[in-house]
Amino acid sequence: MRAWLATLGVVAQMAFRNLFASRLKTIIVGGIIFFGGLLVVAGNSLLDSVVASMSRSVIGSVAGHIQVYNAKSKDTLEVMGRMMMGDPDLSQLDDFAKVRDSLLKVENVKSVVPMGISGALVTSGNTIDLALEKLRNAVNARHDAKTDAQRVEAEARVASEKGHVRQIVSVLQGDLKNARAVLDERTIDPADGAAVNRAASDAFWQDFDKEPFEALEFLENRIASQAADADLLFLNYIGTDFQAFQKSFDRMKIVEGTTVPAGKRGFLFAKHVYEEQLKLKAARRLDQIKEGTENEGETIATDPDLKRMVRENVSQVREILLQLDAAKTVDFRAKLQRELASQEADVGKLLAAFFQTDDQNFRERYDFFYKELAPSLELYRVRIGDVLTIKAFTRSGYVQSVNVPVYGTFEFQGLEKSTLAGALNLMDMVSFRELYGFMSGEKLAEIQALQKAAGAREVSRENAEAELFGSKAEDAPAAKAPRRIEATTTPGVAPVMRDLGESLGGKLQREEARSRVFPADEVERGVVLNAAVILKNPKKIRETIVAIEAQGKRDGLTLKAIDWQAAAGLIGQFVNVIRMVLYVAILIIFLIALVIINNALVMATLERVKEIGTLRAIGAQRRFILAMLVVESIVVGFIFGGLGAGLGVLLVSVVGKIGIPAKSDVWFFFFSGPRLYPFIGTSNIVAAFAIVLLVSAFSSFYPAWIAMRVTPRQAMQEEE
Amino acid sequence: MKAIVSVREAVKNYTLGNVVVPALRGVTLDVVEGDFLAIAGPSGSGKTTLLNLIGCVDTPTSGSVEVAGKDTRRLSERELTDLRLHTIGFIFQSFNLVSVLTVSQNIELPLLLQRKLTGPERAQRVSALLERVGLREYGTHRPSELSGGQRQRVAIARALVTRPQLVLADEPTANLDSVTGAHILDLMRELNRTEKTTFIFSTHDQSVMAHANAVVRLADGKLVDRVTPAQAAAENGLPA
Repeated sequence: MRAWLATLGVVAQMAFRNLFASRLKTIIVGGIIFFGGLLVVAGNSLLDSVVASMSRSVIGSVAGHIQVYNAKSKDTLEVMGRMMMGDPDLSQLDDFAKVRDSLLKVENVKSVVPMGISGALVTSGNTIDLALEKLRNAVNARHDAKTDAQRVEAEARVASEKGHVRQIVSVLQGDLKNARAVLDERTIDPADGAAVNRAASDAFWQDFDKEPFEALEFLENRIASQAADADLLFLNYIGTDFQAFQKSFDRMKIVEGTTVPAGKRGFLFAKHVYEEQLKLKAARRLDQIKEGTENEGETIATDPDLKRMVRENVSQVREILLQLDAAKTVDFRAKLQRELASQEADVGKLLAAFFQTDDQNFRERYDFFYKELAPSLELYRVRIGDVLTIKAFTRSGYVQSVNVPVYGTFEFQGLEKSTLAGALNLMDMVSFRELYGFMSGEKLAEIQALQKAAGAREVSRENAEAELFGSKAEDAPAAKAPRRIEATTTPGVAPVMRDLGESLGGKLQREEARSRVFPADEVERGVVLNAAVILKNPKKIRETIVAIEAQGKRDGLTLKAIDWQAAAGLIGQFVNVIRMVLYVAILIIFLIALVIINNALVMATLERVKEIGTLRAIGAQRRFILAMLVVESIVVGFIFGGLGAGLGVLLVSVVGKIGIPAKSDVWFFFFSGPRLYPFIGTSNIVAAFAIVLLVSAFSSFYPAWIAMRVTPRQAMQEEE
Repeated sequence: MKAIVSVREAVKNYTLGNVVVPALRGVTLDVVEGDFLAIAGPSGSGKTTLLNLIGCVDTPTSGSVEVAGKDTRRLSERELTDLRLHTIGFIFQSFNLVSVLTVSQNIELPLLLQRKLTGPERAQRVSALLERVGLREYGTHRPSELSGGQRQRVAIARALVTRPQLVLADEPTANLDSVTGAHILDLMRELNRTEKTTFIFSTHDQSVMAHANAVVRLADGKLVDRVTPAQAAAENGLPA
């Protein structure tokens, strides 16, 4: 042992001296290894940090640590990262309360949140429809006026609303003129043009009060359809229990309004969706320009995105014009003329000039917009307190619509700017089930009443033939089938329901949507698609998944549990992809390193043939030569790899103090906040050393083999 | 006197591609302990090959070579290496010092390989030898800082540091001028006398042969004769 150590001492001594003697080679080889060590430590640490922070984002926003769904589902569950590709085919979990009770038996489970994720189209109000409705209400009020005072007040309202509608019509006329300039004459229906011209004429408005309802009908039928400013919104939402959701995802906070009270129908907009999709576009663009110039250090003069937004604001003033009634038009004209020191009378041109902002006047215009103009405008297409009509295709294909009041907006702390974390809105479970095609108890009762009245009896699909043509099957297994509307089980009923709903009138439904409180039992003992599970100890995800599935089996439930990364779908995969890219990069770098180091060592060995021969002649064994070369490589690996890893550690810890700013909204999600604070994982340092040493050892194999074949005779050979 | 080297009918062939080149064609030679023997002959006569066989760097194609009582043909590669390490010292024509090591470290190297002595013992032996070869001041120098003669002295010190029974020197003075060469041979001779170390060296230089006890002459891979330096000198028409 001692002799062995002494040899190692000599070997190391010679190795060190050789390294120092051939400095250039050492520096080249060492430099590559240094870079490799740096890359392994810094790259892996960075990636681990992103995974850790992204997991906080995913876990903290919707996924929880574990997602549970029905194992019989055809598709796998993805709670995030799916865009508009339709819902995955999931089998439902029939009774959430049962699932929750089963999950809570698992020791590590802290809380369970019911969920269902889907998407639907929402038509937001058409400005002209709203204006016409107001006008009609005003005309009605005038009609019903009992006192002179009421009549005068109603008259003023009619005049104001007329002004607004005229304003809209003149905007439409302008649009039509533009369209004529661009489009082929034949593509424009001449009847449309005639209708607009009629509605814009003074004669029409002079006659309006003679037959107001006839005139309104004309406007509603012929004009409103042309003012296609109503956007179809596609909203993704999670049906959930608001109280459980808020308790389990403690990063969630209400921004505007309130949360939805227990048992009530309600909708919470994700703040990001609310701003991005529902805000007046001109205002949204001003916000974005402000964000760009003040927080990201860009300028309108140089940044093409900001430039484009200014251009769009200038060219798209129509959205604002449509909102201006007569009084507002006068008000806007005066304010804008003053602000711009202009004599221009056309508000559209004034607005265009106003939005022509540059880096100097932007801030002033921004403030002016929000102080002077915004109070007169509807900034959001849906206001807090409005009732939203959501239409969705249910699983069996018919359209179901539900009215839900909007209670407010919410966001996740630290993820305010993330599109990904802010893509999902929240809806109460009852409304979700209806939209998805599951029946609430209330609807079921309604259907049963209808069936009774019609003398219909529920016949399950499996037994239909027997019921109709044969003898009755006893103990039909499908009798307890989930209470879900399937077109095949209750033919004709669903369309009736829909017709019924529509014929009842929106008002009644809206009233129902606001006031009705569903008992907790009905909310909880119903169908859900999946459930988020929050754990007491998040490190034991794998064990808990096994425990959950086992517990489900014991309780007669077919539960499938997946971790947050799988539940995050594409986003979860994203990190794996980046890691793969990093590993491939590391692999390539080390392969190149291997070749270069190998080459350098072969050259060095060939230069040292005589020296090696001499050593062999004076009594050095082959293994001594081998040890000498390998030690040389490993020493280089250790020193330079260590330096590289050290610099990596230093770099990561310095960056970890300062933080890497999230440049775009996507990075907010991956960084779980405005900055990423990377940290060092000990495993990365160990990995760096292991890789570096392995590469060093591998790259010295071939040169060592050459060296071992050097015979002592070669010491005697003369170069001459 | 006991023979330290005993060569019997040694034949050594080298293969160059498909051609077999005979280097030694049956040489028989005994070297006794304490001898100071010169192997002489023109280039290509087989001097270096004979030294390689004696030095256990090579083994004969046929015949036998015994060094310190051991038949080299029966030894494994590792045993041959050990034999070189413990029994033989080498002096090379172009010194073959390890350039990255200092003079002292070069001399110490075989001791380190032997792993027999402790650090202080090694240091003592190295400094004694440095003194002996007249390089007391040069222990920390690098070989590149020394003259040719000085380097060969270092090489001699390195060859002797393990106190070998036999020192082999292949043309030790070929790369030195005649005065320096003479000094080197004087030094070897002196060590031969005082340390009782057997020296075998090859040379084709008459003045070098003059220092030897005996001269073995080779030609075309065969031993021609074994003469005294005086005889060798006389045949070449030179004064002894």
